Amino acid sequence: MEPKVLTGEHFINGDIACAEGAIAAGCTFFGAYPITPATEVAERMAERLPDLGGTFIQMEDEIAAITSILGAAWTGAKTMTATSGPGFSLMMETVGLAVVTETPCVVVNVQRGGPSTGLPTMGAQADMMQARWGSHGDYEIIALSPSSPQEMFDLTIEAFNLSETYRVPVFIMSDEVVGHMSEKVVIPQASKIRTVSRPRPSGRKDRFKPYQPGPNGVPPMPAIGDGYNVHVTGLTHDEQGYPVMSVDTQKEMMARLLGKIRNNLHDIIRTQSYLLSDADIVIVSYGVSARTSYTAVDELRSMGIRAGLFRLITVWPFPEDQIRELAKRVKGFVTVEINMGQISREVQRCAGSAVPSYLAGHSGGTVITPDAVIQLIKEVF
Amino acid sequence: MARAKRQTKAKSAPLEEIPKHPLEDLIRVERIPHIWCPGCGIGTVFSACLSAIKQTGIDYGKFSMVSGIGCSGRGAGYVRLDSFHTTHGRAIPFATGIKMADPSVNVIVFSGDGDLFAIGGNHFIHAARRNMDITVICINNFIYGMTGGQVAATTPHMAKSATTPYGNPDSPFNLPMLAIASGATYVARWTMIHSRDLTHAFVEAINHRGFSFIEVLSPCPINYARRNKIKTMDMVRQFQNNTIIKNHAAPSELDIDFQKGVVLGKFIDIDKPTPDEILVKMRDQRKNP
Amino acid sequence: MKYWREPLDTGDIDVVRGKVHIIKDRCKGCGYCIEFCPREVLGFSKEFNKKGYHPPMVVKSSECLNCHYCELLCPEFAIYTVADDVETEASV
Ligand SMILES: Cc1ncc(C[n+]2csc(CCOP(=O)(O)OP(=O)(O)O)c2C)c(N)n1
Ligand code: SF4
Ligand code: SF4
Ligand code: SF4
Ligand SMILES: [Mg+2]
Repeated sequence: MEPKVLTGEHFINGDIACAEGAIAAGCTFFGAYPITPATEVAERMAERLPDLGGTFIQMEDEIAAITSILGAAWTGAKTMTATSGPGFSLMMETVGLAVVTETPCVVVNVQRGGPSTGLPTMGAQADMMQARWGSHGDYEIIALSPSSPQEMFDLTIEAFNLSETYRVPVFIMSDEVVGHMSEKVVIPQASKIRTVSRPRPSGRKDRFKPYQPGPNGVPPMPAIGDGYNVHVTGLTHDEQGYPVMSVDTQKEMMARLLGKIRNNLHDIIRTQSYLLSDADIVIVSYGVSARTSYTAVDELRSMGIRAGLFRLITVWPFPEDQIRELAKRVKGFVTVEINMGQISREVQRCAGSAVPSYLAGHSGGTVITPDAVIQLIKEVF
Repeated sequence: MARAKRQTKAKSAPLEEIPKHPLEDLIRVERIPHIWCPGCGIGTVFSACLSAIKQTGIDYGKFSMVSGIGCSGRGAGYVRLDSFHTTHGRAIPFATGIKMADPSVNVIVFSGDGDLFAIGGNHFIHAARRNMDITVICINNFIYGMTGGQVAATTPHMAKSATTPYGNPDSPFNLPMLAIASGATYVARWTMIHSRDLTHAFVEAINHRGFSFIEVLSPCPINYARRNKIKTMDMVRQFQNNTIIKNHAAPSELDIDFQKGVVLGKFIDIDKPTPDEILVKMRDQRKNP
Repeated sequence: MKYWREPLDTGDIDVVRGKVHIIKDRCKGCGYCIEFCPREVLGFSKEFNKKGYHPPMVVKSSECLNCHYCELLCPEFAIYTVADDVETEASV
């Protein structure tokens, strides 16, 4: 039997690395529904979890898959599901339930070309706005975008840590290319991996208020059977967790749900800068498109064009302040992403009208080439 | 405001002892009165469910209740257990997650006919097929109560509803037959007026290892009875008088027809391994092949 | 788990008597307890409770068999009975 953490060097694809990251982070429950190109995550979990005392269950659809991981999360387990576009759409109502009940869970989207059944075996990055706004109502979630199999491992651990810290669903917004690409993945020793578990309550059980926030705005979370007899509802609720249909309660609940993310941006947002300090032109990118963008920056530099890369590791919440700061001193932005304009709209919004902002996009099915990015930059700047 | 007022009043009159109902320890008393309309049968069924929980003698800490959305789905909000009011139709997959992650929990799904058999129908048949060890209680009031009385998958043929003003052209599910065909290992049907049998059935269902399903016929005075010009009390009397108790009746006899007489009872109660047990066995087998 | 104490003379139907407790302000006046009591112990009272419903009242107290049927049927947790010989509190 294999140990929990497969310390060592591996040559594996992104989906497998994601599953290994989940296991290393302490995930013990996976609710599945097969879909290309995310199926390998489920298959790996099915193979690995039973030996580790965990539970894998293939549900009847994606709605059931995500709902099962919420139920399991309330037993104290760290839980995950993985899907692609069509399944992601089906999960959206339950994402809202996870947000409002503050149930930690990780949802992996290995994106493929859409809309609808689209390009099942070919990559895209066109669910980025759905990740942010796909459920109904106002809310904040966290989404991370890995650029390599190594990051599929690392960021899946990070996703669990953030989800446990903030009691919020965290998305891994991967894509077919990263999911199916095999590369070297280094898995550290178990003792070197930082894992976080949700705060659990202590103190008087009869006076416990399940939605009374702790210091960072996040309430401690009991598990079923801890004796707190909590009531958890998708209705607007007070600190006791009881439904209250009032404007004031809605306002209070929403302020906290949004605030626990918005007030902790420094802790949540991870970005990477490449040759940005003297850059005139900033390429903004994430996921597989960031790989294209690194090459484009190098080639542009060799042509004497001062380009730099601002890579989003955390896509949501969006690093608005950083883009605003950059906008004060650069000539313009180019967002590289495999869609027809999603994150580029955010860049444009934050850059303002003084600085031009362009999209180097693609309708999906293939990665964007560095040449396409270079050509656009040469044309517009 | 209203709550604050009530509290002050209680304090100023300490002599008036408020008697305690025997189920008081299982009710979220601070949330009573519940939202159910006068004469709604959900409260009676809910009360039977709490009595059953009590009668099993199992530690309350080993229970959890999960509801979907609807009037019946408000059940989870009134029980003093770890309880979950989820989304419309999804109580069963939520319960499945709890059970498979912690098999020591007795999970009770308390929800409505629309929730469990229209929007949630697929989850029901699959949980039954797996013999998931949960207890599913369905309040069948023949209608979507909460949204104002639209046609349900259980509404009798030609009955009136807000969305079938000229009569329901469709036929209702025979729920016990559906449950049995799907693989449920305990299936019973009672009405809210049979509260003693009902409580007994709930106790059996909780103790049953595997997927147990109890359909409970119940009046919705506001959105079903009134629209179909039936007096609530007459409907309840029908439950008492036009029903036949016949354990192990054939599933095909279980269509709901009050003219003919509606068959009640326990229809199936069999042993079959449950997925949580099987998982534990598999883990052990891999450890010691 | 709490049970109400079983009277020693259970089974001797003539001797068992119940005392009915009504939490008037919980009642929504559905009448199930009144209609389905096998001994016609209950009837509607003339008074209104806080919610504006007529709660039940005991009209034939000596008839109650402590069968708990009213208690089981009440959707509101508003009525319950105890064996008369154990309960010392006055009936409400
Ligand atoms: C996804 C979704 N669709 C529709 C609704 C609206 N809705 C709320 S309750 C309900 C029907 C409930 O019927 P049933 O389960 O029979 O419960 P009852 O109110 O009759 O007890 C519907 C359609 C919803 N809440 N969510
Ligand atoms: S609408 Fe019908 S089902 Fe809902 S509480 Fe009222 S009577 Fe009961
Ligand atoms: S306990 Fe039985 S006999 Fe006594 S009032 Fe209630 S229903 Fe009637
Ligand atoms: S059954 Fe309950 S709610 Fe109905 S009349 Fe009797 S006490 Fe009141
Ligand atoms: Mg209904």
